[in-house]
Amino acid sequence: MEKKEDQQLQQEEEQVVNPWEVSAKDGGKIDYDKLIDKFGCQRLDQSFVDRVQRLTSRPPHVFLRRGVFFAHRDLNEILDAYERGDKFYLYTGRGPSSEALHLGHLIPFMFTKYLQDAFKVPLVIQLTDDEKCMWKNLSVEESQRLARENAKDIIACGFDISKTFIFSDFDYVGGAFYKNMVKVAKCVTYNKVVGIFGFTGEDHIGKVSFPPVQAVPSFPSSFPHLFSSKDDLRCLIPCAIDQDPYFRMTRDVAPRIGYHKPALIESLFFPALQGETGKMSASDPNSAIYVTDSAKDIKFKVNKHAFTGGQESIEKHRQYGANLEVDIPIKYLNFFLEDDAELEHIKKEYGAGRMLTGEVKKRLIEVLTELVERHRRARAAVTDEMVDAFMAVRPLPNMFD
Amino acid sequence: MGSSKDQLLVRLKELQIDFSQYEHPVVLTVEAQAKYVGNKGGALSKNLFLKDKKHRYYIVSALADTKVDLKVLSQRLGLGKGGLRMAPEQALGEILQVPLGCVTPFALVNESARHVSLLLDQGIKTQERCFFHPLSNDISISLDAHGLDKFLKSTGRDPSYVDLEANPPVGKDQPPDLAAFIPSGSTVLPDLPDEAPASQDSTGNHVSAGTKSAAVIAKAVKPSGNVQNVKEKPVNGARPSIPSANAGKFVEELLDKTSTLLLSEISEDSIKQHGGQLGTEVVNNIQKCLREDLKNLATIFKNTAYTEGFYAGIHYQPKRL
Repeated sequence: MEKKEDQQLQQEEEQVVNPWEVSAKDGGKIDYDKLIDKFGCQRLDQSFVDRVQRLTSRPPHVFLRRGVFFAHRDLNEILDAYERGDKFYLYTGRGPSSEALHLGHLIPFMFTKYLQDAFKVPLVIQLTDDEKCMWKNLSVEESQRLARENAKDIIACGFDISKTFIFSDFDYVGGAFYKNMVKVAKCVTYNKVVGIFGFTGEDHIGKVSFPPVQAVPSFPSSFPHLFSSKDDLRCLIPCAIDQDPYFRMTRDVAPRIGYHKPALIESLFFPALQGETGKMSASDPNSAIYVTDSAKDIKFKVNKHAFTGGQESIEKHRQYGANLEVDIPIKYLNFFLEDDAELEHIKKEYGAGRMLTGEVKKRLIEVLTELVERHRRARAAVTDEMVDAFMAVRPLPNMFD
Repeated sequence: MGSSKDQLLVRLKELQIDFSQYEHPVVLTVEAQAKYVGNKGGALSKNLFLKDKKHRYYIVSALADTKVDLKVLSQRLGLGKGGLRMAPEQALGEILQVPLGCVTPFALVNESARHVSLLLDQGIKTQERCFFHPLSNDISISLDAHGLDKFLKSTGRDPSYVDLEANPPVGKDQPPDLAAFIPSGSTVLPDLPDEAPASQDSTGNHVSAGTKSAAVIAKAVKPSGNVQNVKEKPVNGARPSIPSANAGKFVEELLDKTSTLLLSEISEDSIKQHGGQLGTEVVNNIQKCLREDLKNLATIFKNTAYTEGFYAGIHYQPKRL
């Protein structure tokens, strides 16, 4: 039996992690061990990484090597099935609350693209425009518009159109999808959903009835145009760990309605430029690097706003070395610098005080600029027609090729 | 060229707006203006010309003693904390067509200021009359809010007053309350190079002296001379034509990338280092470095070709029987 999540604790003592709020205890760092413990998921250890490498015959993604995706539920079952020849499909999503995407937003998509390529499996991407309409009080039209705009950045991450279905809730909910929503909803009491998500008597009923919408893409029967003959198909959900509550609920319900529990592979939070106190915020432009930032912006933001672990003076730094625990440039390089050897070298030299903060920042600026530039070029190739094609309800005959 | 002060005054008279005018030596600041018209029965105004990161412009017109905090305004507009700054001097001339020290709501009579958003201090409504510059800073006119509104309506604007000193929380469940003031017309204005922004009124006067605000203004902004088409943000509504999956172009891009890498790999040093094995060495490096890049290019090509086919498919006309 899975550890059930009880009341979401709002006291200052505890860290808060749920789909709408992430904050550490006393403004410190997020304690991921505690989180895994509290949520009841498993740590992703090196044996998994090795197994993925074996099964896919290619080097594991940098996020796996560096422990960015660090927790999972039932990943071993997915891999077992895969080894037997039983495929699976991927499900991830985005809540389109703002036009500006930052690098933190791209992380699950970059990883999902790798999974799609490595395992050669199809992918559904949910744009929860309804959720943002409700939680952020956007108009229906605005949230739909944002969904389409975000879809372009998502497509720019390099998904294969012959294996990917993107949908927005406002467009797609209905039919088989809605039937599953009702099945799920029937299995979750009001008290339960309040317990998981912390709703109060003041919250409107839209919020209370939303969770099934995010749950049912885990079930292949929600997509009859894709998986009509494959009711047995398993689902793997790459996401950030704050989405876990939705899927705990889903996994609880799944066996009761005759479906496989979806498996999860979960990531750390991408720290804000100013330091590891929580998630990046789309409303503070200096807390994050945006995909629309110019090379100049990136240079400025990293140089002026990145929180470093370097010492106050060069002499002190050479003597004591940098504090790698809190150094943001190192953390960012951990995410984005592909070369393991180079990263190790930088960590060693910087930690010993032989390398200065300025050099580390310079390398980071190079890496980020290249990343953002590549994204921008890909984004420029995405047209409205391409978005229409990705979002069309159409068969994907070659989705497992 | 923009309207002159005389043209404006004529227009005000035509609209039967009641105003008083006072000529004086050129003034660049509210203090200086106060010396000449401070006791003439009208409240002084301070006027800021601001710009956000997406090159949208705003005039904030307030009573001289209303506190205006750019940080707060920026958040209330939904631009984040540091989203607003003083517009560069050049913009004054190009967009508002007024000289330095002369920002005024009346500048909105000019076509070039069509997309500039106006935020009016509700304090103006509490005063019998308020002083503004009518496009030139050697003259001040005083009129009441009603008259100002009449003028603004004649330019096709709907005047709306805001409590500029308010500081409502902006967060996940509280959308920015001034978001409606974001100009909606796409700004087709040229990307003015970011120079050190001009202070239009004397420094201590207009912005509440939070150190952060000072930092916003004093920040040395380097000219965007360097690098590329990086600043190109697609203008809203401008739809690029459907790019076709061009096999020739695609192959050229692939060859380009490979050639560049090849050339960088083969140098005197590398020849010395690897000798006959250089070929194998280079091939390995190319494969390692280029594999992902080329795959990405290929995926873009595939997606584009698929989209063309999809488009053709949904527009296909079935054969008539």
